[in-house]
Amino acid sequence: MSHTTFLGSGSAEQQKMLAEIGAKSFDDLFADVPAEFQTADFKIADGRSELEMLQVLRSLAAKNSTLTNFCGGGFYDHFIPAAVDALASRGEFFTAYTPYQPEASQGTLQAVYEYQTAIARLTDMEAANASLYDGGTALFEGLMMALRITGRNKVLVCEGVNPIYRTMLKCYTANLSIAYEEVPLVGGLADRAAFAGRLDKTVAAVLVQNPNFFGCLDDLSDLVASAHAVGALAVFSVYPMSLGMVQTPGAMGADVVTGEGQSLGLPLSFGGPYLGFMATRKQYVRKMPGRIVGATHDAQGRRGFVLTLQAREQHIRREKAMSNICTNEGLCALRATIYLALMGKEGFARCAYQCAARAAYAFDRLRAIPGVKATYADRHFFNEFAVTLPRDAGEVISALIERGIAAGFPVGRYYPGMQNVLLLACTEKRTKAEVDILAAHLESVLKG
Amino acid sequence: MQLIYEKSVAGRRAVRLPRRGDDARPKINAKLLRAQPAALPELSELDVVRHYTELSRRNFSVDTHFYPLGSCTMKYNPKACEVACALPGLSDLHPLWPQLRHGGLLTQGALQLLHETERLLSEICGMAEFTLQPLAGAHGELTGCMIMAAYHRDRGNQKTHILIPDSAHGTNPASAAIGGYDVRTVPSDAQGNMHLDALRAAVNSETAGLMMTCPSTLGLFVDHLQEIADIIHGVDGLMYYDGANLNAILGRVKPGKIGFDLCQLNLHKSFSTPHGGGGPGAGPVGVVEKLRPFLPISRVVKRGDGTFVLDYDAPKSIGYIAPFYGNFGVIVRAYAYLLMLGREGLRETSDAAVLNANYIQEKLRPLLKAVAPGRCMHECVFSGEPLKATGVHTLDLAKGLVDRGIHPPTIYFPLNVPEAIMIEPTESESRETLDTFVQTVTELVELAKRDPDALHRAPVTMPVGRLDEVAAAKNMDLVFKSTK
Repeated sequence: MSHTTFLGSGSAEQQKMLAEIGAKSFDDLFADVPAEFQTADFKIADGRSELEMLQVLRSLAAKNSTLTNFCGGGFYDHFIPAAVDALASRGEFFTAYTPYQPEASQGTLQAVYEYQTAIARLTDMEAANASLYDGGTALFEGLMMALRITGRNKVLVCEGVNPIYRTMLKCYTANLSIAYEEVPLVGGLADRAAFAGRLDKTVAAVLVQNPNFFGCLDDLSDLVASAHAVGALAVFSVYPMSLGMVQTPGAMGADVVTGEGQSLGLPLSFGGPYLGFMATRKQYVRKMPGRIVGATHDAQGRRGFVLTLQAREQHIRREKAMSNICTNEGLCALRATIYLALMGKEGFARCAYQCAARAAYAFDRLRAIPGVKATYADRHFFNEFAVTLPRDAGEVISALIERGIAAGFPVGRYYPGMQNVLLLACTEKRTKAEVDILAAHLESVLKG
Repeated sequence: MQLIYEKSVAGRRAVRLPRRGDDARPKINAKLLRAQPAALPELSELDVVRHYTELSRRNFSVDTHFYPLGSCTMKYNPKACEVACALPGLSDLHPLWPQLRHGGLLTQGALQLLHETERLLSEICGMAEFTLQPLAGAHGELTGCMIMAAYHRDRGNQKTHILIPDSAHGTNPASAAIGGYDVRTVPSDAQGNMHLDALRAAVNSETAGLMMTCPSTLGLFVDHLQEIADIIHGVDGLMYYDGANLNAILGRVKPGKIGFDLCQLNLHKSFSTPHGGGGPGAGPVGVVEKLRPFLPISRVVKRGDGTFVLDYDAPKSIGYIAPFYGNFGVIVRAYAYLLMLGREGLRETSDAAVLNANYIQEKLRPLLKAVAPGRCMHECVFSGEPLKATGVHTLDLAKGLVDRGIHPPTIYFPLNVPEAIMIEPTESESRETLDTFVQTVTELVELAKRDPDALHRAPVTMPVGRLDEVAAAKNMDLVFKSTK
């Protein structure tokens, strides 16, 4: 008698099938597996029904807190229209695999082509791939791409790049012969003089982020030009929601643009699955990692879509491949595509504006609190900004959690000497009233 | 079918935002703004819903078609797992909260779920510990190679290369290369077994380890595993288990107890999380005790009082391979699946998967050339060579299946089988589905003899016929350029 509900055939049918192929038992089928390798000793509970499983999961979910969230740091609590879930959860998308048989996968393939188009249009670049794991691994892949294109092995990484991504870059470059150098910020922006002092013909790429980790916006065109002057590339990490209104990396001259697509219709989901995106200029497409979909036609001239330029990939090139990546984040890319289609040209721009306007309101409210000052008062920002508190930001955040608010992120965790700096973000979901409550509680905590 | 961009009509809208947000002006200087809005589509919600619903119908999928794609374990994805990962409290949890002071207390349920999943996978694989961080199978392989490198550095070993059988998945050598190792290929015989003499000749003091999958990509349990492990361990090398084919031995064999030191699992294969048209996956990595110090940061730790914390203090760790704790939404689905499967369900899964593959193998053995003389494991591999005389290739057979509503098996892999056809039915499929498949292949083999051109023309029932891949690579039309 079988216990699981996920088997195609019942026990009696299975016994008949065994008999038909001349096997006495299941053990017979495993005769090639040495007996000393086999075990029945698994200390695992009995299977549960769907009802019981959901009870367990609900009770775990209930152990997590619900707070009004002003914490961003590269990962944002945006609204997701219902149609995103309704469409992306269709089994025809959800339970398909990599479109190796293009005639039977035109749905997935066309959606990826539309996704690549959306990413190119957001970033003002000429081409995009079918997605990568997340913003951090996408930035690492951008770095590797720059090494391949230039044949050089040194990278200059701005300290405005998300510190979580920088720890990942250090981890990945540790086993490879790559000279990795970080360049500090000055006044919240990339330090031009420090870059100028390090830029020479050994540098493969400069890695920058806009808006940077502190939320500051920067026109990086001059830094990109300096990099190009010594034959280095400019690799960007960007926050896609900001591209609803801010200057594009393409307009600044970027060669490779990467980023975290979570804000485009993906839930926060405690860190994943997320969506790494990558865009580049046409001349570098053949050096780009990951899957790429291209338009073509059949013998009757009908337009269709296929995975293309596969000769770059691991299943053909093995250890000489551009990257070891096999899967992309197909379903996440589909969600982003549907999200952007629903938001549309005007809605996406308007959503970005609301994020920025709400953050501007929060900035004004918090800065008016005695003892609180803008960390970078002269800087422009999209939806996230830093304030310097009169005492340790971590302690203040703890006190505000007691009052039901996740007030932001303590910058000192990653930037020594900035223990009093609090980084906060607003999305279109945060209301004026919630900002007012945050301001009132912050003022009272600082007084107390 | 038109692209969403071709359907766009100026002025249409799908989403309405709240009437607010104008209470302060954004703090953005005009020169920091983009010149013009991104050219996204302008459509009503119904336009968008119709478009993507229609696109979805142009896909084969497990929910709609038999999908015996070898090496991919296209099993059914229970719907309850989708409900689980979308629960409020899980789907809306911010990943930075645990990094706030005492922040772990805000996410106890999530940390407990991660811890329990790690314990389940450790027990299933006979490993001491698991990390759930790797974001895909290949990412797990890379993590495994980095753990190997950290181990050897710590021991003062001078290691330069990793050994990989020629039948391995392409991700293995690619991951080893990105991990900083040279790759040396070990030849195998027609049954996919490694030549022991070739292995002995390839191994030296600079061998960091061996990456292999078991059952092999030919669907057969690897011979001489003990000898292989002894040879590798003899030079302080590490045995890496690629868990791509774990579904064959689930609940019966623990990789950690048969000589392997570390492994990656593909949650989107054996643990039933949806393939999503190519991701997201998850590739947790398990290790034996001696490799525990090298696991990525952070680690979920259960304290004496039953609460959970994240530990970032691991001086020997390879560091941060993912931004947070892995593809949490995928992990939740796998955990939900494992709760429902339970102890007895593990073995029932592999039993049924192996039975289904052997059933197909025996039914098709008279028609095509089976690689295995005897039993196979979870998948059966054939060569399409017997059809060669008719001028019909494996690719043509695959396209004929498409016309008959069956997703083709994996074809032309493994590379060492000419005209390879790799069939993995999984435990999910019923006897009728298998019989229909066998019947369809039988008819196609007959058709190949009678009218081979009919198969050369296939598919004819799909929205498009065979597509010009050479033109695609030459033209590089990767994004839509509006003519408006």
